[in-house]
Amino acid sequence: MLTKRIIACLDMDGGRVVKGVRFDNLRDAGDPAESATAHARDGADEIVLLDITATSGNRRTLLDAVRSTARSLFVPFTVGGGIRQLQDAAAVFEAGADKIAINSAAVRDPALIGKIARRFGSQAVVVAIDARKVDGGFEVFVAGGRVPTGREAIRWAREAAACGAGEILLTAMDRDGTQSGFDCALVREVAEAVSIPVIASGGAGSARDFIEVFRDGRADAALAASIFHFGIENIAQLKRELHDASIPVRWPC
Amino acid sequence: MIAIVDYGAGNLHSVKKAFEHLGAEAVVTAQPGTVAAASKIVLPGVGHFSSLQALNTTGLEEALLQSASAGKPFLGICLGMQWLFEGSEECLEVAGAGIFPGKCRQFPSSVKSPHVGWNSLAVQEGSRLLRGIAQDSFVYYTHSFHAPVVTETAAASEYGLRFAGAVEHGNIFGVQFHPEKSGDVGLSILKNFCEV
Repeated sequence: MLTKRIIACLDMDGGRVVKGVRFDNLRDAGDPAESATAHARDGADEIVLLDITATSGNRRTLLDAVRSTARSLFVPFTVGGGIRQLQDAAAVFEAGADKIAINSAAVRDPALIGKIARRFGSQAVVVAIDARKVDGGFEVFVAGGRVPTGREAIRWAREAAACGAGEILLTAMDRDGTQSGFDCALVREVAEAVSIPVIASGGAGSARDFIEVFRDGRADAALAASIFHFGIENIAQLKRELHDASIPVRWPC
Repeated sequence: MIAIVDYGAGNLHSVKKAFEHLGAEAVVTAQPGTVAAASKIVLPGVGHFSSLQALNTTGLEEALLQSASAGKPFLGICLGMQWLFEGSEECLEVAGAGIFPGKCRQFPSSVKSPHVGWNSLAVQEGSRLLRGIAQDSFVYYTHSFHAPVVTETAAASEYGLRFAGAVEHGNIFGVQFHPEKSGDVGLSILKNFCEV
C-alpha cells in the first residue's frame, strides 16, 4: 500500500540550517548534511533543502551543501532556492539532488518547468507554490513570500501540472512556522484539482495536524521543518501516532 | 567492476554513490566495450520509454543483450526494468528486450498518476535479489507506467492494481522502485546484487 510521506525540510542560509517564523526571525539549527542524515535515520521519507536567501553569490555554498548532504543520504533528496534556469537545475542534479523545487522562476516562465522535465524527467521537478489567503481565494506569492503575483493558487497548480511538474509543494504562508495546523481547505482544493502528488506545508505543530491534513486535506505528503529541528516532535514518534490513527506510513522503516 | 549504463536518461550519480557506499567498484559508462568488460551490469533510467531508443543507436543494446545471455548479473532499475519486458504503451515504436513477457501499461484512472512514494513489497520466497528482505518492506517508487505480474515476479506492490515491483530470472534482475533511494532496505537489495 502506498504510504503518506513525511518530509523534513531544511531551510538553509549561508551553509547553515535556519528556521524562521513566517519567513522571518531566523534561528540557527545546524549543519545540513548532519541534520539530513539524522532526520532520515529518524524515519523521514524524504529530505528537502531550501536555500532561502539564494543569491548568485552563494551558489557555490549551496552546491557544496548539496554534495555533502547527498553523499550519505539514501532517501529522495529535493533542493530548491534560486533555480532560475535549466543550467542552475543541472548543477544541482550534478551535485546529487534527485529533484529540484522551483517557485519564482516557474511563475515568471512556466515553460521552464517543461524544459527541466524533458531533460531530467517530470519526477524530478517539484513546483513550489507559496499561497496566502486573500479576498475570496488564495493568491500566489514569490520571492520568499514578499511579492504578490495576482495569480490564483489553484489555477496555477493546474497549469504547473500541465506544464510537466511531477509534484506540487504547497505552502500556506499564513501558517508557516506558526505550528497552528496545516491549511486543510487549501490543500484539499489543490489535491483535488491536480492528478500529481501534493505536499502540504506550513503550520505543522502536532501529530493531530498531520492526521488532519492526510484525512481532510487529502495530501499525499506533508512537510515540516521547525518541529523536527528542535525536537518538539520526533519523526519516529509522529509515525507511530499516524500508524495508530490508521494513516498508512512507512513504519517501521 | 559494475558498469552503470549511461544512455542519457536521468541522474546516475545516486546509483553509483550507493554502490560505492557498499564498497563496490562502479563506473558510469556509455561505451559498449566497457559494458562488455564489466562483471556486472546496471541499467538505470527515469523518464520516458522513448529514451531507451538511445540504447539501439549507440550499440549499447547489443552489448547488454550479449552480456545478459552470457550469464552476467544484470540489474534494470525503473525504466531499466521496463526495458526487460516487450515494450511499453508509453512508446510503442520502441521495443524492449522481451526477456519477460508482456507490455508496461498506465495505472488505472482510479488512482493518481504518477505513483510516487514508499509502497510495500509482497516478496516471493526464494528470490536471490531480495534475500533477507522482510515481507511488507517499504521501497521508493516514482513512475507512471507499470510492468505486469509475471511468473518471474520476485515481489509485487499494489497501486490501483497489482504490478511487478521486482522480477528475477537466472542472472537477470529488475526493480521498478529505486533501491538507491529506499534507505537501508534498498541498500540491502543492492548488496545482494553485488554478491550474486
